[in-house]
Amino acid sequence: MTESADPSATNTPELKKPPWAVIVIVAVSVIFVAVLALGMFNSRVDRPDGVAPDFEMQFFDGYEWQDLPTADLSDFQGRPVVLNFWASWCVECIREAELLENLWQEYEDQGVVFLGIAYIDVEKNSLDYLEKYEITYPNAPDLRTVISGRYDITGVPETFFIDKNGDVEYIHLSAVTEPMVRSLLDDMLAAEGPASS
Amino acid sequence: MIADLGYVAILTAFLASIYAPIAAFYGIRNNKTRWVESARNAIFVIFLLVALACGLLVILLLTSDFSITYVWEVSSRDMPAYLKVAALWGGQRGSILFFNFMLTAFTAAAMARNWDNERGIMPYAVIVGSFTLIFFLGLTLLMENPFERIGAATAEGSGFDLLISTPVTYVKNLFVRPGIVPEDGQGMRALLRHPAMIIHPPMLYLGYTGFTVPFVFAMAALMAGKFNEGWIRITRRWTLVAWLFLGLGVVLGGRWAYDVLGWGGYWAWDAVENSSLLPWLTGTAFLHSVMIQEKRGMFKGWNVGLIIITYLLVVLGTLNVRGGLVSSVHAFAQSNIGWLLLAFLAYMIIFSIVLVYKRRDQLQSENHIRSFLSRETAFLGNNLLFLLIAAVTFFGTYYTVPTELFTGQKVTLGIPYYEKVNGPLFGALLLLMGIAPLMMWYRTSIGRLRKMTVGPAAGATVIVIAMFILGIRNWIALLGYWIISFSAFITLLEFGRAMNARVRSKGENPFAALAALVARNRRRYGGYVIHLGVLTMAMGIISTELYQQQTQMRLARDESLSIGDYTMVFKGIEQRMGNDDAQITEALVDVYRGDKLVRTLKPRTEFFTRTGENMSIPAVRMTPTEDFYVLLINWEGMSQNAATFRAYVNPLINWVWFGAFIFIFGTLIAAWPDPADEKVTAMQSSGGRLVVGGVSGD
Amino acid sequence: MLRSSMPNQLPGSQRLKNRKRFAGGLPMVAMILLTMVLFLAVFPAFAQAPTRTVSDDEVNAVAKDLFCPICENTPLDVCETQACADWRQVIRDKLSGGQSDDQIKDYFADQYGVRALAEPPAEGVTLLVWLVPLIAIPAAVIIFGLYLRNIRRAAPGGSEPAAVLSSPAAPEPVDSETDQDPYTERIERELREMEE
Repeated sequence: MTESADPSATNTPELKKPPWAVIVIVAVSVIFVAVLALGMFNSRVDRPDGVAPDFEMQFFDGYEWQDLPTADLSDFQGRPVVLNFWASWCVECIREAELLENLWQEYEDQGVVFLGIAYIDVEKNSLDYLEKYEITYPNAPDLRTVISGRYDITGVPETFFIDKNGDVEYIHLSAVTEPMVRSLLDDMLAAEGPASS
Repeated sequence: MIADLGYVAILTAFLASIYAPIAAFYGIRNNKTRWVESARNAIFVIFLLVALACGLLVILLLTSDFSITYVWEVSSRDMPAYLKVAALWGGQRGSILFFNFMLTAFTAAAMARNWDNERGIMPYAVIVGSFTLIFFLGLTLLMENPFERIGAATAEGSGFDLLISTPVTYVKNLFVRPGIVPEDGQGMRALLRHPAMIIHPPMLYLGYTGFTVPFVFAMAALMAGKFNEGWIRITRRWTLVAWLFLGLGVVLGGRWAYDVLGWGGYWAWDAVENSSLLPWLTGTAFLHSVMIQEKRGMFKGWNVGLIIITYLLVVLGTLNVRGGLVSSVHAFAQSNIGWLLLAFLAYMIIFSIVLVYKRRDQLQSENHIRSFLSRETAFLGNNLLFLLIAAVTFFGTYYTVPTELFTGQKVTLGIPYYEKVNGPLFGALLLLMGIAPLMMWYRTSIGRLRKMTVGPAAGATVIVIAMFILGIRNWIALLGYWIISFSAFITLLEFGRAMNARVRSKGENPFAALAALVARNRRRYGGYVIHLGVLTMAMGIISTELYQQQTQMRLARDESLSIGDYTMVFKGIEQRMGNDDAQITEALVDVYRGDKLVRTLKPRTEFFTRTGENMSIPAVRMTPTEDFYVLLINWEGMSQNAATFRAYVNPLINWVWFGAFIFIFGTLIAAWPDPADEKVTAMQSSGGRLVVGGVSGD
Repeated sequence: MLRSSMPNQLPGSQRLKNRKRFAGGLPMVAMILLTMVLFLAVFPAFAQAPTRTVSDDEVNAVAKDLFCPICENTPLDVCETQACADWRQVIRDKLSGGQSDDQIKDYFADQYGVRALAEPPAEGVTLLVWLVPLIAIPAAVIIFGLYLRNIRRAAPGGSEPAAVLSSPAAPEPVDSETDQDPYTERIERELREMEE
């Protein structure tokens, strides 16, 4: 070491670590790690458990609910809801398309609602798909991917079964099957609705 | 049996890496060399064990033992042997094991090479090195076990639960034999089956793991209280080696993207690409500013900070690529190790800050800057620019994390952003690269600077005017070409003048003069060669970014498209089965320049039936002045009668690869051991202080 | 719309002239037709908008600035999936319908969110992406300059290096013009002396 031996060499100020530099470094590191941690936490798939997140739907042309072109999920409070995410480019969705329509027609007058959300799709293609499978239950595009974001879906098809109280009863990834839907719907219909109807 | 042996090898290595720091610590405390040596030997043993584990995994791959999950995931029977070996790093688990292999190799080599020279520092190096080994070996052992069997139960839980459940599950699995062994494996991902992709990960890992060594030495030197005596000397060459490999890895990645990804480019500023670039940027800054420390004993704290940041960026990069933090085409599958890596990163940050703060008295500067115009400030300017570029790249890469947190919107920054912001910074760097060699240590007179830049500036201006006359009007290109010519002239003149002096005084012929010159001062002239390499690459990059031509057209049989000076005629399509499960559709196109047929190219698509993956492999005609690059596009289907093609003309693109060669060559020159070097090292470690005249090569 | 179709609405003095001009059915019909054609030429909106064929290059030019909404970080002109093919068709249709590049990009942002764009619009949070470097880089350069100046001021005068370091404990090798090895240095020095 030479500092002690050489009086003419000075200790320049910039390398004695003044406390503020340390504080800044520590603060930045803490913030950075915290943000990363939160980000990682956030990027985990976090499907809703409990109350189904509310959202607004702007139906496709030709679709409506009670003669209105828009509806919110909360409008369906008191009814079991089958919320199905699909897309015209999704091959698997074709497997459940007819089934969903048939079940809708069967359960409609018992108060069940089927809702379809087209995920990242082209409008024309969505409409073609709906026409092809003769789907009549309300369908809306997922504008700006808000709805799929709230439900944190990881792909299509994904179907959420929401009970009369607005809670998520069951989530199914990939195409649904008839016995599954029937049993869920029967359960949800039999269950108690919200106190004030 | 083999798999179990492999796992036991890792387990033993892990236990040894816990033993090593304890033994070293005990030995240091109680002044018992035996214990310290035992700790060092443990490091060697760890290396051998991990090497064994790797070898065993390779055997499992070569023998296509599909009872092992990893083997099934990444290989298949129809893969050629070399690809099966490369499958070692074809998936997450194997690549972590491979990463560990490199890490232990570097650590062991560092111990072996420097044990005698640096008795003071090495015991601490064992401790710090072991910590990194404990973590990474622990990852393989507990969470990413490549030797896991198919049908093995997977550990339950997430985050820290897995630390308990994984080993418990593994032990349970030891008594479970797989039910059904699959006939064949999935096969390696289509994108990875390419020569460049085979070398690119090893190079990158060598770079990443290589940077652990200077970090370990820095921490060890600080802990030992011997920072000033030994650190730079032992660290410099290791850093250069790691830096070389990392740079190579980055360039190879670019070449792979160009050859296989099929979008006509080679660098997309994608999150994973940036993760490999960031430590390279800070590493380059370090290589330059460390020279200030060597020469004038200044900026020690700064240099330590740089090497710490470089290492932390390596860990962060690993987290980014493997932990599913930021999305990318490159990313490995979602995995739970992200949390552990984050914890390790946090721990290393704390450890470094605390250590540096506590030992800050060792980092006092011995001198100060005297003039604005000096090599010191030039190097500082270099640091500033490199760090700004790194900061911008870092910012752009990780920006999406808080944005997504607070607004829910996912924002991705693409090439336009980086080009606009980093572009000017790189330009300034190229300019500085030219001027810096002219600066002397301490101070440079403006007069001298002016005298030495006038000629090159005039030469550069002449060149640019000529280009303007020839039709180049883009002002960014012209500015870029001016800077490159300017800096290139100055660098070449440095060679020229020194050669001249030798020729005149010693009567040597120019080549001998050049050789002798370089040999005596490898670092300096190696550095100049590296700069020339960078300038060549810059030339290629600017030209191809600004003047790339592109067109896409659906062609009927015998129909043609034109782009630039080329005309391309579609002649037909051929289908065949590739040698590894790929269904190859190959198009024949005749390429004309003017009226002359210059090449028949065969762009193709490969469809892998097992995984459903589709790749479009371009066909390229390379010349020194440009590439003609054509892709078969499957937008609207293809048949014998019609197909869609996308063609690019990439001017000067091969200067990028050629410049990279020059770059590598220069690095080898700079890193090559010098006999005079060894004398210096010997003298310094024996306590003699070195004065004038002896410091030549190093 | 047709100026000449209502002769009885013209001011009185001109009526006689016009009546002479437009006497007869056929010339009047011809006039009407001619005017219609002229109008259509000048105001094409009245005509049916022609759908033009859009080249692949034009589609690519827009697609290059968009990301595939579902793939990871893949630009839309490169992505090979069916979904991307659909979106490129959307671009094609809109281009041939006369929409501009920017209008199409806005449409994508509305449908799929800002992440579909390669260059996020400079508004709201994303404005920061541009602002931060724009402010931080010059700031860094200025701070660097100030730092250098401060360091120099803290130093005791700019005396010649050789004088300061002549003390025996000086750790640094004496340095002259460059850090070339002493042989070359000497050679150069001697050469210069020869030339003077």
